[in-house]
Amino acid sequence: MIALIALVVGVVAGLVLEPSVPAGLQAYLPIAVVAALDAVTGGVRAWLRKEFNDKQFVISFVSNVLVAALIVFLGDKLGVGAQLSTGVVVVLSMRIFANVAAIRQTVFKA
Amino acid sequence: MSVADKPDPDRDERPADDVPEAPGDAPADPADARADHDEADPEARTDGDDEVSAGGDEAAPGGDSDEGGAGQPPAARWWTHRLPTRSGALIGVLLALLGFALAVQLKGRDSDQGLAAARQEDLVRILDDLDSRKERLQRDISDLNAKKQQLNSGEQGRKAAVDDARQRADELGILAGTLPAEGPGLLITFRSGGDPVPASVLLDAVEELRGAGAEAMQFAGGGRTVRVVASTAFVDDGSGVAVGSVRLSAPYTVSVIGDPATMQAALNIPGGVVDTVRQSGGTVSVQQPAVVHVSATRKVPRPRYARPVS
Repeated sequence: MIALIALVVGVVAGLVLEPSVPAGLQAYLPIAVVAALDAVTGGVRAWLRKEFNDKQFVISFVSNVLVAALIVFLGDKLGVGAQLSTGVVVVLSMRIFANVAAIRQTVFKA
Repeated sequence: MSVADKPDPDRDERPADDVPEAPGDAPADPADARADHDEADPEARTDGDDEVSAGGDEAAPGGDSDEGGAGQPPAARWWTHRLPTRSGALIGVLLALLGFALAVQLKGRDSDQGLAAARQEDLVRILDDLDSRKERLQRDISDLNAKKQQLNSGEQGRKAAVDDARQRADELGILAGTLPAEGPGLLITFRSGGDPVPASVLLDAVEELRGAGAEAMQFAGGGRTVRVVASTAFVDDGSGVAVGSVRLSAPYTVSVIGDPATMQAALNIPGGVVDTVRQSGGTVSVQQPAVVHVSATRKVPRPRYARPVS
C-alpha cells in the first residue's frame, strides 16, 4: 500500500514539476528505470509468494539501478554504449518477463 | 480479531502446499528473509508465532512454528500497516524515485518523439520527402514572384495610362472651359468713355490674346463672370455686351492666362485693341499680377449628333 502510494506520489511529482533531464543523465535514466522495474516486478512476485523481504528488495533495487548505469557508463567509455544499452535492456526485459510470468502463475494459477 | 481471522483461509491450504515445499518455496534465501523480518518487527513475529501456533494447532498439528513465522506474516503485516518502519520508508522512497524518473522520462520523450525513434531508412525517406517538398515550394515561390512582377508592371502601365488620361482630361477641361485654371497672365480692364465699348472691340481683344498664346480666359462685368471658349459669341446688347449667354456691363475685366509679355505686346501694337478703345474715349488698363485666376467654368453639352471616329 505504502509502495503504491509512493509510486503514485512520484509520478505526480514528476508530472507536476516537469524537470528536464540533465544531458549527462539522459543515457542512464531510461536504463535505470528499466532496472528498477525489474526489481519492482521481482518484489511483487516475492510478495505474492509471501516471501517478500525488505532488505533484499532494497538491495536489489539499488544494485540493479547502479549496475545498469555502470554498464552503460562503461559502454560509453568503450565506445559501444548503444550496443551495451541494448544488451542491458534486453536482459532486464527478459527478467521482467520472467517475473511477470511468475506473478501470473501465482495469481491465476496458470 | 481481524488479524486472527484473516490468515485462516490461507492456513487451510497451507498444510498441503506449504509445509512440504517450505525449502523450495523461498529459494532466494529463507534464512535471510526470516532474519530480516525478525529484526524489522520482533513484535510482529511473536504475534505471528502465536497465531501460527494457534492456527497450526487447529489445521496442521505438525506445523513448524518457526517456518510459518517466516513465510506468512509479511503479507499480513503489509496489509495491516504494521511494518512502515525504516525499510518500509526506504521502499517508499525508492518507488517514489522510480515513479518520478518514469514520469520525467516519459514526459521528456514526448517532446521529441517522432524522429529520435525513427529508423534510418525512414529518416532518409523523410529527408527526401522534405527535399522534394522544399524544391516544389521554391518553384512555387519563383512562379509567384514572376507573377507578382508581371502584375506590378501591368499595374504600373495602367497607372501611367490613367495619369496620362487624367492629364489629357485636365488639358481638355481647361481648353473647353469646364475646369478652373490659374497661372501667370494679365488682368485687363476696359472702361468706356462716351460710347459703350462695342462687342467687336472685345472680340478683337480676345482674338489678339489668342494669337499671343492665351490659354484660358474669362470676362467679368456687372458682377457676373463668363468663361471664354472657342464657341463664345460676343453680341452688342444695349449699353452692355452679351458674352455667350451672359449679359455683362462695363467696365469689363478680362482675366487671361498666358505669356504676359507677349500678350501685352499684342494688345499694345499700334492700331490694336488699346489704340481703338482710346480713340473712342475709353481706357484700357493692363495689370500683371503674379497669379491670375480663371475661376468661371461652363458646362459642355453632350454632343447629340457627333460621335467620335475610332
